[in-house]
Amino acid sequence: MDLITPEIGLLFWQTIVFLILMLILAKFAWKPILGAVRTREESINEALASAEDARKEMQNLKADNEKLLQQARAERDEILKEARQLKEKMIAEAEGEAQKKADTIVAKAKESIEMEKRAAMADIKNQVATLSIEIAEKVIGKELSTEEKQHQMIDKMLNDATLN
Amino acid sequence: MHPNLEPIILSRTGTMIAHKSLKIIVTFTLALALLPFNAFAKADPQAEESEEFNPTDMIMHHIGDSHGWHFFGEGDSSFTLPLPVILFTDNGVVTFMSSEFHHDTEGQYVVEKDGMRFVNYHEDIYKLDAAAESVEFDEKHNVINASKPWDFSITKNVAAMLLTVILMLVFFFGLAGHHKKNKNAPAGFNNILETLVLFVRDEIAKPQIGEKKYMKFMPFLLTVFFFIWITNLLGLLPGAANVTGNIAVTVSLGLFTLALILINGNKDFWKHTLWMPGIPTFVKPILAVVEVLGLIIKPVALMIRLFANITAGHIIILSLIGLIFILESAGVAGISVPFALFITILELLVAFLQAFIFTMLSALFIGMAVAEHEHH
Repeated sequence: MDLITPEIGLLFWQTIVFLILMLILAKFAWKPILGAVRTREESINEALASAEDARKEMQNLKADNEKLLQQARAERDEILKEARQLKEKMIAEAEGEAQKKADTIVAKAKESIEMEKRAAMADIKNQVATLSIEIAEKVIGKELSTEEKQHQMIDKMLNDATLN
Repeated sequence: MHPNLEPIILSRTGTMIAHKSLKIIVTFTLALALLPFNAFAKADPQAEESEEFNPTDMIMHHIGDSHGWHFFGEGDSSFTLPLPVILFTDNGVVTFMSSEFHHDTEGQYVVEKDGMRFVNYHEDIYKLDAAAESVEFDEKHNVINASKPWDFSITKNVAAMLLTVILMLVFFFGLAGHHKKNKNAPAGFNNILETLVLFVRDEIAKPQIGEKKYMKFMPFLLTVFFFIWITNLLGLLPGAANVTGNIAVTVSLGLFTLALILINGNKDFWKHTLWMPGIPTFVKPILAVVEVLGLIIKPVALMIRLFANITAGHIIILSLIGLIFILESAGVAGISVPFALFITILELLVAFLQAFIFTMLSALFIGMAVAEHEHH
């Protein structure tokens, strides 16, 4: 049995056995195994793809949420701003009106004070006149109680009158 | 004398299997070194007288094929698995068990069947001529008094090959059975097998042949890959046959690749092989010769690579063990056994590598034959 001379018997058996082995395995082993592996790979790929889709959808949803939130925030800011403006306006308006009213009140008060003052002054004048007349009556009465004094008076007055 | 080596090889490879512990190796080599060499030599009184140790014969015996599966022992006391001998003679088919030769490989013991007489001379079976008592040769080593019938015996290599076949059927029917029952990925051993199947598909078939056409060749590539690998590994076991290191086996495998190339080669492939476009006409016939030669050389290279690699590995290991007997000192075992162990571990790698290379190159050649050229 030479090392490098192929023996016909072994060659024959090897070929036959290998061929049969290949055919049997191809039908009963390789085909189902490769088929199952392929099916599994496909299902894994599908699962991965759908996971990716879900992730994207999630991201979209998140983005949408973010947008909505931003919108809401902007709206809130807007409303607040408006409210503030309104408040300021209202305050300003109220202040103006109050000022006006206060002014009117003050003016009226001044007017009435003036009137009161005038009335009081008139009253005082009247009283002063009356008092003056009374005083004058009393003084005149006292001064002119004697004849001499009456003459003196007339002289003086005449003197004065000439002076004028 | 060579059968005495069997226990050593048995123990050595046995150690290799449990090679995790360095302690075992050290103990083992020490024990071997301490054993007197006589213990081996004396077990074999008949052989002692006739010949001294011939390493070439010993190695050739171990890497060659034989009609019985010899495990250990010598002569009639040896432990040999008898295998059927099937001969196609001029007078029809003759079958008998190899044990009928009584372990004789020197052409001395004559087996008579159906009026014909057969002898086993160095594992070649001769049909003796009418008057002959034993087979005789002339100077050119041509047989003079016998003829050689067609030998289709179930030899040791055929039996070992059938063992691989059984293992493969068990393994992959198991894996296929798993897939029939459930959809999820297999666990344990089946998972390893599936990983290897996917390795062949994704690393060998798809890149070399292409996504479109690889499926058609998967059965061949998978079968050849696992066949070579498992057979290589089994060949490393003690007492095992050297199947993938036998040229007949590799020739057969190479022929399968060649057949697949020839059958599946497309129009483009044949055009490029026989009448190469784009070159001057007078060069075309010359190139055709070169291309056709290349076509044949490719599978030949495949078969020689596998055969040579596996046989070389076996020869190195046997030579290292043979050193003990050449130098006639058990002490040498202390060096040569660890070396042989190292080579054996290396052979584990080679076993995979050769299976991979054979499959890879087969896929490459097939891929070249079926490639679509979009061109010129």
